[in-house]
Amino acid sequence: MESLIELLPQLWKAAGETLYIVGLTLFFGGLGGLIVGLGLYLTRGGSLLANKPVFVVLNLLVNFVRPIPFIIFLAAAQPLARLVVGTGIGNNAIIFTISLAASFAMGRIVEQNLLTVTPGVIEAARSVGAGTARIIFTVLLPEALGPLILGYTFIFVALVDMSAVAGYVGGGGLGNFALLYGYRQFNPIVTWAAVLLIIVLVQLVQYLGNTLARKAFRR
Amino acid sequence: MPIVELRGVSKIYPPHEKGGSDVVAIDDVSLAVEAGDVYGIIGYSGAGKSTLVRLVNALERSTSGEILINGRDIAGLAERELRSVRLGIGMIFQQFNLLGSRSVAANVSYPLEVAHRPKAERAKRVAEMLDFVGLADKARAYPDQLSGGQKQRVGIARALASQPAILLADEATSALDPETTHEVLDLLTRVNREFGVTIIVITHEMDVIQTIASKVAVMDQGRVIERGDVFDVFSNPQQPASARFVSTVVKGIPSADELAVLRRRHPGRIVSLAFRDNTVDQARVFGELARAGVAFEVVFGGINEVQGRSFGHLTLALSDATAADARTASAGSADDRIDAVLDRIRTLTTVTEVR
Repeated sequence: MESLIELLPQLWKAAGETLYIVGLTLFFGGLGGLIVGLGLYLTRGGSLLANKPVFVVLNLLVNFVRPIPFIIFLAAAQPLARLVVGTGIGNNAIIFTISLAASFAMGRIVEQNLLTVTPGVIEAARSVGAGTARIIFTVLLPEALGPLILGYTFIFVALVDMSAVAGYVGGGGLGNFALLYGYRQFNPIVTWAAVLLIIVLVQLVQYLGNTLARKAFRR
Repeated sequence: MPIVELRGVSKIYPPHEKGGSDVVAIDDVSLAVEAGDVYGIIGYSGAGKSTLVRLVNALERSTSGEILINGRDIAGLAERELRSVRLGIGMIFQQFNLLGSRSVAANVSYPLEVAHRPKAERAKRVAEMLDFVGLADKARAYPDQLSGGQKQRVGIARALASQPAILLADEATSALDPETTHEVLDLLTRVNREFGVTIIVITHEMDVIQTIASKVAVMDQGRVIERGDVFDVFSNPQQPASARFVSTVVKGIPSADELAVLRRRHPGRIVSLAFRDNTVDQARVFGELARAGVAFEVVFGGINEVQGRSFGHLTLALSDATAADARTASAGSADDRIDAVLDRIRTLTTVTEVR
């Protein structure tokens, strides 16, 4: 317990790092997921930009990346991280890699959420002369907003999960803190403190997501 | 010049599975709709009605043929060019297809936003349209909070917001109860009369055609098998397939099950007679039967009213009315006398012998 009090500054720092990693990956991964999801949705047969080759490749890519356990993906994608962000270690590398993995995971969720939009509503928009870009921003995304918010809330938890292994490539965060000061020092109280913080964080975000989604659903 | 004209239009979908054959949804259809018409297209589900109406605003692209809107062929236009064409053609749907994320007013405003109309003009037009459909007090409501009939009225307001000359109604009342259906049909009649909007109505409901359409085309298996004035097509269908369709929706023609019951109940001869307007004099038909000493009982029937004119079908059970002693004296059997009188009636109207 005393050791935990001593470690408090590091704990807060780690919590800050987790928020930093998760926040940025939610932004980049979320954006990537939106693009991948829209790509899947729009290119599938019968859709607005139906294009079988693009759909097949995108679909294959998503199915290829998603099942890879993240800790292995992290190592496998290290050369790519070096290429894009200039380093294979540290928080920036982990943010890049999580964003990449999250794009594919979120892409599938976005695709499924968009599929809940009634095709008739899109047809109605087309019937008044709306183009594809307008339909995306005035019909697809607003109509699927409720499920999309819940989807992003869901992926937030996955991001916290992925960020926990940041320590393996020299990143920080609560996962690294728990490993470093709790697990390796045989100090379960420290580990539990990190777990507690993560639970509180997830609960807060889930509550926020539910509230926003309810607002979007109420209409 | 017709406002909408299809010339030899076909729509063929590629096979569903590899090695299958092409699916012909629309098979060489030609159709002309004059400005101001309310043109009904009727047929069983799967006859191609919905595909046909979607060719008119190019939501579906035709495989061959010409689609002329105000004389301009839109069949070959690119998607981008079609957007301005579509602004001139409103459409309403069976499931209303309102945007759930937008208020009623914002739904009606949508086509005007697409047309880049200034905000003040949009607000004015939205208010006008909501007033026209009687939903001015629901401007800020969301579609979820409306009844089916109200949703369709919003659909109509939205479809007409950009002042199109043509309105396509795709089974617009099929999801509504009979009373609401009539409210919506009354509204469509006003749209036609007050704004002069040409309406193309797709439906499988006879009631809808009967209430608002002036002309009708009957579709079967992707073809238009019959077309003409609503009264002519419904009272005197020429094609076996359209007669079959009409018989399912016109009152007074007994179904096969009903015929079986009638045959069981009435052992004698049974005939069906068609009556149309003033062209068939009922009094003369019944007079012929009475003079021949043939008693009759009306066992099934109905008279329909279309565009202020009536037509119908009566099924009669016939029996010999002469007394037993006179029967031996009269020339020939009862059957012969019935045959003779039916021959005379055939010169007056269509006679179908049920038995």
